[in-house]
Amino acid sequence: MNMEYLPMGGSVKMVEETLKLAYGETSEFLKDKRIATVQSLSGTGACRLFADFQKRFRPDSQIYIPVPTWANHHNIWRDAQVPQRTYHYYHPETKGLDFAGLIDDIKNAPSGSFFLLHACAHNPTGVDPSEEQWKDISYQIKGKGHFAFFDMAYQGFASGDPEKDAKAIRIFLEDGHLIGISQSYAKNMGLYGQRVGCLSLLCEDEKQAVAVKSQLQQLARPMYSNPPVHGPLIVSTILGDPDLKNLWLREVKEMADRIIGMRTALRENLEKLGSPLSWEHMTNQIGMFCYSGMTPEQVDRLTNEFHIYLTRNGRISMAGVTTGNVAYLANAIHEVTKSA
Amino acid sequence: MSPQFTSPGAHSSSPTFSSSSSSSSSSFSSASDRRLNALVRHLATEESSPMDSISASPTSAHADSVFAHVVRGPEDPILGVTVAYNKDHSPHKLNLGVGAYRTEEGKPLVLNVVRKAEQNLVNDMSRVKEYLPIVGLADFNKLSARLILGADSPAIQENRVTTVQCLSGTGSLRVGGEFLARHYHERTIYIPQPTWGNHTKVFTLAGLSVKTYRYYDPATRGLNFQGLLEDLGSAPAGAVVLLHACAHNPTGVDPTLEQWEQIRQLMRSRALLPFFDSAYQGFASGSLDADAQSVRRFAADGGELLLAQSYAKNMGLYGERVGALSIVLKTAEVASKVESQLKLVIRPMYSNPPIHGASIVATILKDRDLFNEWTIELKAMADRIISMRHQLFDSLRAKGTPGDWSHIIKQIGMFTFTGLNPEQVAFMTKEYHIYMTSDGRISMAGLSSRTVPHLTEAIHAAVTRVA
Repeated sequence: MNMEYLPMGGSVKMVEETLKLAYGETSEFLKDKRIATVQSLSGTGACRLFADFQKRFRPDSQIYIPVPTWANHHNIWRDAQVPQRTYHYYHPETKGLDFAGLIDDIKNAPSGSFFLLHACAHNPTGVDPSEEQWKDISYQIKGKGHFAFFDMAYQGFASGDPEKDAKAIRIFLEDGHLIGISQSYAKNMGLYGQRVGCLSLLCEDEKQAVAVKSQLQQLARPMYSNPPVHGPLIVSTILGDPDLKNLWLREVKEMADRIIGMRTALRENLEKLGSPLSWEHMTNQIGMFCYSGMTPEQVDRLTNEFHIYLTRNGRISMAGVTTGNVAYLANAIHEVTKSA
Repeated sequence: MSPQFTSPGAHSSSPTFSSSSSSSSSSFSSASDRRLNALVRHLATEESSPMDSISASPTSAHADSVFAHVVRGPEDPILGVTVAYNKDHSPHKLNLGVGAYRTEEGKPLVLNVVRKAEQNLVNDMSRVKEYLPIVGLADFNKLSARLILGADSPAIQENRVTTVQCLSGTGSLRVGGEFLARHYHERTIYIPQPTWGNHTKVFTLAGLSVKTYRYYDPATRGLNFQGLLEDLGSAPAGAVVLLHACAHNPTGVDPTLEQWEQIRQLMRSRALLPFFDSAYQGFASGSLDADAQSVRRFAADGGELLLAQSYAKNMGLYGERVGALSIVLKTAEVASKVESQLKLVIRPMYSNPPIHGASIVATILKDRDLFNEWTIELKAMADRIISMRHQLFDSLRAKGTPGDWSHIIKQIGMFTFTGLNPEQVAFMTKEYHIYMTSDGRISMAGLSSRTVPHLTEAIHAAVTRVA
């Protein structure tokens, strides 16, 4: 094993395994070589390459981004000089999905718009559409000829089951969309600082996939020439070996289960304390983050009085909750919200 | 006139089929059912937009791609050489294309000290794989600045240097270029003629416009110093100038120290902003300090400069993508503000840099023994390349090949600009299975004592038989 340059498109082995995760182990698209793929610098890098590609080849287009979203999404498309619009997503009253608003925005957007979708475990709200809602979203997007770009940063990490977490993507594929996907191994393989990810675009045919991939490489070359070799080596070693892959599936389920367990524990603790509020959303939401619904003032009290640190939009990282601190946290949340 | 229903999302009393509501379960049992229903709805609704006729119909296997017009991009000229080489089945084939070091046996080399450092890292179970800060590994940044600027550099001591870890040399150049495009008053960068093929694209995509200054003199196969001074002398005041710190790629032609001094004085007198590309420190002459002289003299005069560093060649870390962008500023306060702006360039590009390669570098640079081991291995690589230069030169002279080949030993670094023209290059590829870029550049790192005679034959034949 040496440290020679990877090709501009990155590690072929890693990319192959990564596509199987997103598109399905036996996906016809893989067999037909219809997917243009390049290894990317984690999810950020994949989104940025796509944004740059979108700017270069659809300079007239803009991107629709959900409200709210990961803050860096705005930075990425801004630096790529692609104009941004937003679409309704989070419903503060229900602490769930604003489905009607979302559908309206899809229908009102000019035909052929580009939509950024979180494939699972929406960041920062943890609110995901149901399977039925995804089917409707897919239908509406198809009807308007929109382009669906999925940011999938939590496959496996959300429900514990990578296949389940890819459901939205599979629905879109079944419905015949030509989608784009950003994949990251930062959370689900814990490879955060290694910067391992993948950008893929499903094309009409192999010829088109070759053309698109070559153009993605033309964007990567003047940014960093070729991607890092170390992280993908870890990924392809794991995914290419059945025993290691099974071990990984168990470990990722453990991570997801711990977080789901903490959601349940926190909610139960709050209910036991006799909180007047509903904490249903805590277990309805999924993934690393919980949009608690607390106000900035309540958050400030948590910090100042209880030394609990979270973003002022009330977003709690459930990964920071443990059996050791969940009671303390519940108590603190109860204190600042009981007279709400 | 309103249709019987508004949309599949809203509940309605449609006469022909049951529509799905937004929250209750769908009545569709399969994908084809769904498509049939969609078609019926599509035909009935008044609401279909003019655009979504056939191509966007949910019933078609797939709509036209919004990227159907994308054509295949050109092959990278440098990497394309290796592609062609790999297709060749001749036992005598020789790859003198890409700039990666090879041993006498023609194999890639991972330095022993790198393996050692890597093993230490892997064995350390207390290490984690968390995100680095946006600016990268702090130790790595400090040590990298010291490596190039010198441990006693006043700029470092006065906190006037900001260093951010980047994706090797390419990434450092790109981040520096983007920063300049946003915050510097002169949006033009002058690059030498010729230069590394990727420079123009990097700076163009960063948002700068690119001009050239004369550099290589084909007649002497050396530096066109007069032309260089004239072109820099007539550049607009404040313009950015790209300088290869040592071992110019692709020509191997470097200014002498006296010439560097003249360049420095000229640039400072016109407030031209230096942007150094240092990809070969230690790899060119074998001495880390000697190869850093050009940069250090500029830094020593108190002026400002940008500097892209790469560990791809000198530590053999190619694929790990390890590099650093340093900016030397007038004051510590400016340096701190500049750093905050660099972060804003990096975050939407890749958030934070990869941890592995930088950790290897930091491990080596901060340990006296490992550092010394590295300098020995580095010198060995540089010495082998210098020895190849001499062998090739002696061999051509012994053969009596027409022409002056002294440039082979005068040029420095990985590459030799042979002076062969594209026809001669094509001839050598076809008849002798020798692969190189069409500009006549050969990678000395790809040569060995064993293959020098073959290359000599080929050059001799090309020069005597092809105009």
